[in-house]
Amino acid sequence: MTHSLTGGALHTSRDTRAPAAPQPYWNPYLVGVLLGVVLLATYAVTGRGLGATAAFGAVDAWLASVVAPEHAAASVALAKYFNDGSPLLSWTLFLVAGAFVGALISGILGQRMQWTVERGPQVSDQRRLLLAFVGGFIAAYGAKIAKGCTSGQALTGGSILNVGSLVFMVAVFASAYGLAWFARKEWL
Amino acid sequence: MTLPLSSTMEFTVAVDLAVAFALGTGFGFSLERAGFGSARKLTAVFYLYDMAVVKVMFTAIVTAMTGLFLLAAVGMLDLAELYVEPTSLVAQAVGGLVFGAGFILGGYCPGTSIAAIATGRKDGIAFALGMLAGVLAYVELTPGIDGWIKANTQGEMTLPSVTGLSMGWFVLAFVAFLLFAGWGMKQLEQRFGHLRPGA
Repeated sequence: MTHSLTGGALHTSRDTRAPAAPQPYWNPYLVGVLLGVVLLATYAVTGRGLGATAAFGAVDAWLASVVAPEHAAASVALAKYFNDGSPLLSWTLFLVAGAFVGALISGILGQRMQWTVERGPQVSDQRRLLLAFVGGFIAAYGAKIAKGCTSGQALTGGSILNVGSLVFMVAVFASAYGLAWFARKEWL
Repeated sequence: MTLPLSSTMEFTVAVDLAVAFALGTGFGFSLERAGFGSARKLTAVFYLYDMAVVKVMFTAIVTAMTGLFLLAAVGMLDLAELYVEPTSLVAQAVGGLVFGAGFILGGYCPGTSIAAIATGRKDGIAFALGMLAGVLAYVELTPGIDGWIKANTQGEMTLPSVTGLSMGWFVLAFVAFLLFAGWGMKQLEQRFGHLRPGA
């Protein structure tokens, strides 16, 4: 914890309200049960599971409709995010908005609010931010190709034993473990 | 009562979105409680000194799977009413490999980047901006990929439907595997504990 802040801490503007001692995270198996119950409740109510990537598509469709309305209206590819003309009334976007609030509540209760950059000690803040952007771009492509991400494929599909979801999960971990050695300077 | 509720009743848009928001709150709360608002905690799984990502994901999957199976067994839930994303083996394999590269480089996945932003992580914001750019690039620049995937889709495929075995056997197998994996992950964390920050 303290390790990750050395070096960059003096130069970055940290939230003055950030408390000195964040509380420890919950036991992972306990959180797993909680997350599983949320997923089960989602299935029981909606008949579908969780997701996150579609929320980014909804925001893109909204941005496109503001910046280039004619192009956006004509785009076949964006159409699925248009949601009958109101892209922001997307189910997944509301789920993600709720997730933001839930994480905010947990972060405040756990005294983990911190205006900072998560990185290993060997990489600068700027480089880490660039890699985060590039990683997000690549992850978006992967999620679009696979028709889902860790939420929509791995968790949601995994719990109903969807073969494609299980293949996705194995591929994600195989790829990340295979590349971990090359990315070690970013994290270790 | 028959579950899922969506099979017997029609939600208004307002109710539908309120449900999404409420479920999302539990989703985000869980992610942050697990430490998944931190890219360092998430990527620790790939250096084997902290296996929390696998523990949480696997436990969540087994919990939901067991719940679905039991609710169906007592006749409260109709499994056939649940949406199953059609499988495209090549799409999920290739997409998963690409996604994994984005995960280890970016440090987050789409959902956890939201938990990171909510707790003030600037790299979470950068990841989410990358996601927005990536999704836009996909739909604008490479619309042909979707058609190709559609042409290479096997349709709905679950382990019970493919093997003909009851879901219950798989639930048992997953529970047993989780117990065994839990023991194995403990060994790994001890073996690679020296990589832990501050160790």
